[in-house]
Amino acid sequence: MPPARTALAVVPAYNEAATITGVVDALRRSAPGFDVLVIDDGSTDDTSQLARAAGARVVRPPFNLGIGGAVQTGFVFARDGGYDLMAQVDGDGQHDPAELGKLLAAMEPGVDMVCGSRFLVRGEYLAPVSRRAGIHVFAWLLSRFVGQQVTDPTSGFRLYNRRAIRLFADDYPHDYPEVEAVLMLHHHRLRMREVTVRMFQRGGGSSSITSGKSLYYMVKVLLALFVALARKRPVVEPGDRAPVAAG
Amino acid sequence: MDVRIQIVGIIGAALLLLVILELVRRRRLLERYALLWLLAGVVLLGLAVWRGALEVLAELVGIASPPNALFFVAFGFVLVLLLHFSVAVSRLTDQSKVLAQRVALLEERAGPPHTARRRDGDDADLVAVDDREGVPSASA
Repeated sequence: MPPARTALAVVPAYNEAATITGVVDALRRSAPGFDVLVIDDGSTDDTSQLARAAGARVVRPPFNLGIGGAVQTGFVFARDGGYDLMAQVDGDGQHDPAELGKLLAAMEPGVDMVCGSRFLVRGEYLAPVSRRAGIHVFAWLLSRFVGQQVTDPTSGFRLYNRRAIRLFADDYPHDYPEVEAVLMLHHHRLRMREVTVRMFQRGGGSSSITSGKSLYYMVKVLLALFVALARKRPVVEPGDRAPVAAG
Repeated sequence: MDVRIQIVGIIGAALLLLVILELVRRRRLLERYALLWLLAGVVLLGLAVWRGALEVLAELVGIASPPNALFFVAFGFVLVLLLHFSVAVSRLTDQSKVLAQRVALLEERAGPPHTARRRDGDDADLVAVDDREGVPSASA
């Protein structure tokens, strides 16, 4: 048998004091092999202290980076730490760490990202119709773009292997990254898979996507999708011009 | 063409050029951002001085009054400059994101912050016994 793989669970959290302890505890209980890293994205409550007290390592950017920048911090940490696997689990308690096993089981050779989906089984997930409709629009578009059935492209319950970690540490979308990330994987010929998971209603705090922002969210993600389609190589290969440069 | 608008155009463009050059001289404006501004100033000044060029341009794009062509060109420069700034802001956003991530990771690696050392005793024990009398006062 090959040696056990090293694994990191990244928990992006923004003002999740109500739920973060439960999430970290559940991770340590259900996934004891995973190191737990909480990205406290500029919270103004006790998220950092509570996460540390629960036994997680905490990385705290000096200001709020948004979900994309926060999760990318986790990718950089995983890459630099030489982790074989990285899981992404929301800090609001809507993902059940006990289901990480399902994601892990689906991470077979040739698969680079496993995504927990609420929609592989119909009628399980109860969210406002408007939100589900939006997700299905993205799912339909994305499925056509990548030539593969994608049912829940907005899900942030994911497991990545080394190749995906390296890709996203270099380049990860800014604002609402999940949908675009699927397209990036496809462009780099990495493979994804979905497995059915349950998702809970949020345990506390508030979603980063409020009703007022949902239109902006739709438009921004659609724009990002079409721009990404037109972009041949979103990631810089060695020897290319630096994507971020002072000059 | 009315000579007054020509005079206003020349004075305006010349002032713009002077302000830009002065800002660069005082290092308040980086050369790379000044280049586009300088180009705008020079072109506008040229068009204001050389009426023939303005009339040709107006005729070319179908503007009835040549002074309006001056506004047309100036507006074009404003749009290009704004776009230039949006690009610059986007780059700065990206750079600050990367910096924030590195700072966060370095801080985590550096370990918990230094905390104050608790002592027994009271404030008098802050200094050595021998030195207590000789603490210089503000009036000394």
